[in-house]
Amino acid sequence: MADIHSVIGTKNKKGQTYTDTWKLMNEAPRTPSFFTGSEVIKEALRRASCDVMIAYPITPQSEAAALIGELFAEGYIGDYFRGESEFAVMSQCAGAAFGGARVFTTTAGPGTMRAMENFPMWSGARLPIQMIVTCRGINSPLSIQPDTLEIAYLLNTGMLVWHAETAQDFFDWILKGYMVSEEPDVHLPLALCCDGFFVTHTKDVVNLTPADMCLPPYDPYRSPVPCMDMECPPVRMMRDPFVMKSNYISYATHASWQQEIWAAVERSRKHSIHWLNGLIDTENTDAEIIIVASGTAVSQGREAIRLLEDEGVRCGLVKVKTLRPWPEEEIREATKNAKHIFVPEFNVTGWLAKEIKATISNPERVHAGPRVCGGMTMPPEIIVSEIKTALGMKTFSLAGRGS
Amino acid sequence: MIKRRLNIRMSGLGGQGAVTAAHVLAMAANRDGKFSISNPFFGAEKRMAPAESYCRIGIERIYDRGELVFPDVIQVFHPQVITMGKSYTMPFYSGVKEGGLVVINSDQELLSTDDIERLKDLNVKVFYIAGTELAIEVAGTELSTNMSMIGSVAGITKCVSMEALDGALQERFGKKFVASGGTASLDEAIKKKFAKKEMLLAKNLATVKAAYDIASAWAEKNQYELRVGNPAVAA
Repeated sequence: MADIHSVIGTKNKKGQTYTDTWKLMNEAPRTPSFFTGSEVIKEALRRASCDVMIAYPITPQSEAAALIGELFAEGYIGDYFRGESEFAVMSQCAGAAFGGARVFTTTAGPGTMRAMENFPMWSGARLPIQMIVTCRGINSPLSIQPDTLEIAYLLNTGMLVWHAETAQDFFDWILKGYMVSEEPDVHLPLALCCDGFFVTHTKDVVNLTPADMCLPPYDPYRSPVPCMDMECPPVRMMRDPFVMKSNYISYATHASWQQEIWAAVERSRKHSIHWLNGLIDTENTDAEIIIVASGTAVSQGREAIRLLEDEGVRCGLVKVKTLRPWPEEEIREATKNAKHIFVPEFNVTGWLAKEIKATISNPERVHAGPRVCGGMTMPPEIIVSEIKTALGMKTFSLAGRGS
Repeated sequence: MIKRRLNIRMSGLGGQGAVTAAHVLAMAANRDGKFSISNPFFGAEKRMAPAESYCRIGIERIYDRGELVFPDVIQVFHPQVITMGKSYTMPFYSGVKEGGLVVINSDQELLSTDDIERLKDLNVKVFYIAGTELAIEVAGTELSTNMSMIGSVAGITKCVSMEALDGALQERFGKKFVASGGTASLDEAIKKKFAKKEMLLAKNLATVKAAYDIASAWAEKNQYELRVGNPAVAA
């Protein structure tokens, strides 16, 4: 039986030293680098001891997928190939993970939707696959621009769902994500989401760990369910599933299995808190006005808070890092003083505002906006305008584009 | 005018290098010790379709991302942005801030009387530069038009140093750069225009410098100032 601790301090074939992940993330020196989000995904993967990456092109994740192909050519990835479609890719990811590999893939928008059937299957099969979702519009007419509606569809798949604000989050969370995903009491796939273009195509300063240090390899024997061994396939699961039976025990089995998956999502809470330093980040939560957001909306909120400060309006911030597990207690606590809670979002339905309303007391405090969708940008000025309008303050009319 | 943040919107056409220009400018600002981010916005990647990119440079951490709706500087890389409305906004200067700057790559007047009036009301200065002609003259290829545009904005605002631009260009073109297929093929195209990579870097830098000098002289002559810095310290 493999023991990951025994490899720490030894070198892989590329000369990288397998390093204790906590030390790698928290103690190893960091080098500031000016990179696009896509380049940062590549750099995280270079250090992730990834066995298999499966790619399929769709904007805005294509660059990241292509860059990881370069990594494979350099010898940093065990295997890399292109699937026939996103559905095929996600199924192939399942096969690789069943076989005991650490698996990585990237997708976006319509690709996420096309592959959707696989995601509850991944969590049901307890496969700790990591999937980067660079959100884009999913509707017709076709859009390639950022829009976070697809995240709403992922929330009930049984996957862990995290929403990165910046490329720095991406770099750290890709590596930490495997640590949470691969815990035996979790062992679930992770959808690590960001807003496409705003993160993937934006050049920003990111602090990278040394390139000659990497994660310990995945140990498939820590899986709570047996990994697929072709000499000893779990035939009863595959060929003779319970669904074919129609009796009490089959329903009970399915029900308890689903409960177990969601219990595993819950159990990921303590690991996520450990690795991410909490499920949310907060600033000035004693303020009467608070912005609660995830992803790029957090960044836009930060700029809005600066603008409001200039006008003497104090506003707090809650950055929601994990959507699954959902930081219920944390959000309740962070918003308990708030009289007004604003939830800026990059989607038409306002799924985050709905989650928050369902979580806190006096949900009429929630102003579900501002919202932009279909690839529109959210200038900080419109958040300011929304807040000032709600407070009955005078606001200038925004001369938007097209005026 | 000295501002904590300089927001630059580059409106061009697919293939002109507007995305690369914003990246190079942001990389240079970063080298100068300023805070900067850059990002593009485009539809399907195709030649001559509208493409925009944005560069934000400031003295504090920048969170703002996405399309620049309220820019200080607007750079028009191609006359068709104005004449054929190949822009994400109509008019192309929509959202420009008071006291801002418009840089247009053209050797002839492209603005209507109404446009001129409106920009004057906003105290926005317009600087024309024959950037493509300059690129052909200095670098021998119109593909270096984006270098003229970088030089223009740097010359007027001094938002980045020539030294940092030199370093940023080497970083961008000196090694293999993988982006989208479209960007990769354009990189190949421009590399074929020059016998050696060193030549590419030298000629592009010379184009930046030529535009920088022209723009710098214009700003001086017109007593136009738009800088990145701490207004409190400057006052």
